[in-house]
Amino acid sequence: MSLISEERTVRADNLSGFAGVEDYWALLKPRVMSLVIFTALVGIVRAPGDIHPVIGFVALLCIAVGAGAAGALNMWWDADIDARMDRTRTRPIPAGRVEPGEAMVFGLLLSGASVLMLGLLVGVLAGALLAFTIFFYAVIYSMWLKRATPQNIVIGGAAGALPPIIGWAAVTGNVTLEPLLLFTLIFVWTPPHFWALALLKKRDYERAGIPMLPNVAGDDETRRQILLYSLVLAPVGVAPFALGMTGWLYGAISIALGAFFLLFAWQVYRKREGEAAERACKHLFAYSILYLFLLFAVLLGEGMVR
Amino acid sequence: MTNDKGVILTEAQKKSRRRRSLAIGLVLAFLVILFYVVTIVKLGPGVMKKSELPAITVLA
Repeated sequence: MSLISEERTVRADNLSGFAGVEDYWALLKPRVMSLVIFTALVGIVRAPGDIHPVIGFVALLCIAVGAGAAGALNMWWDADIDARMDRTRTRPIPAGRVEPGEAMVFGLLLSGASVLMLGLLVGVLAGALLAFTIFFYAVIYSMWLKRATPQNIVIGGAAGALPPIIGWAAVTGNVTLEPLLLFTLIFVWTPPHFWALALLKKRDYERAGIPMLPNVAGDDETRRQILLYSLVLAPVGVAPFALGMTGWLYGAISIALGAFFLLFAWQVYRKREGEAAERACKHLFAYSILYLFLLFAVLLGEGMVR
Repeated sequence: MTNDKGVILTEAQKKSRRRRSLAIGLVLAFLVILFYVVTIVKLGPGVMKKSELPAITVLA
């Protein structure tokens, strides 16, 4: 009896009982979640038809929690990778504050709850799309693509691009060309955004054994691909205006922002050595976030005054 | 060190547990209010009206 008690008493010091509320919050990847909420809100606001504000709030809440749940499942699966990378080693699981199993159950519970709530309280299509998004991010991207191919973030980017479609479906119950364009915009934006970071964090990814494009195909090829995707992204960003879905304000801003995106991508392509190359990657990465934020902010603004 | 009281949590662990319990409680309370409000919204304004169906006459 005393032996067993002693063992259990000793183990108590190693329990993950120190996990605070903020650790579970961190499992939800709040920064990613904020982008998801923002783009989903644009989908809700731009969709034709009315939605009761309370139901709209529920839709946003479910999409946010679903995205967070996918983040928790990603952190559970990738805990070994996260422990080897400077950028992620302080996350709750590699830091030892949350047990992997706890994160998995947390993620699964929130996934089920958010999908059920969205499906039952808002709409079946929106719920099904959220379920697909979580599955795509946690299983297709995290468990399969991320460790298998340098195209991981290209295909996996679909998960991050779906929230505006879910928001649109929550209002209308269907999916049309406009939300598909918003999807395409985020989908094409993802590779240059992530590859700019991958060029900066190449050693980190190498240590973790993740086949990011710079590690597999080299820096030059990555720079070429960034430029090519940016050449596609700029017109895709203008497409909602060109197809008559937005006003002149969006048209003018999307043309200007697209031109600057190309300029930053060109700098990354041209500057290949030393600090100048690093600075060009940092600039593109930072600007890519601003680019997407501003485009969606204008879409949101135009949708609200419509 | 022997102890027959089982797992003993440190003060820091107890504090974390209290905060987690409080957070779960707040989330549950929020969900109760949310489901109530959504139910009212889904039922619409008609939920506040008395039934317009004729009362059933009980024959003695």
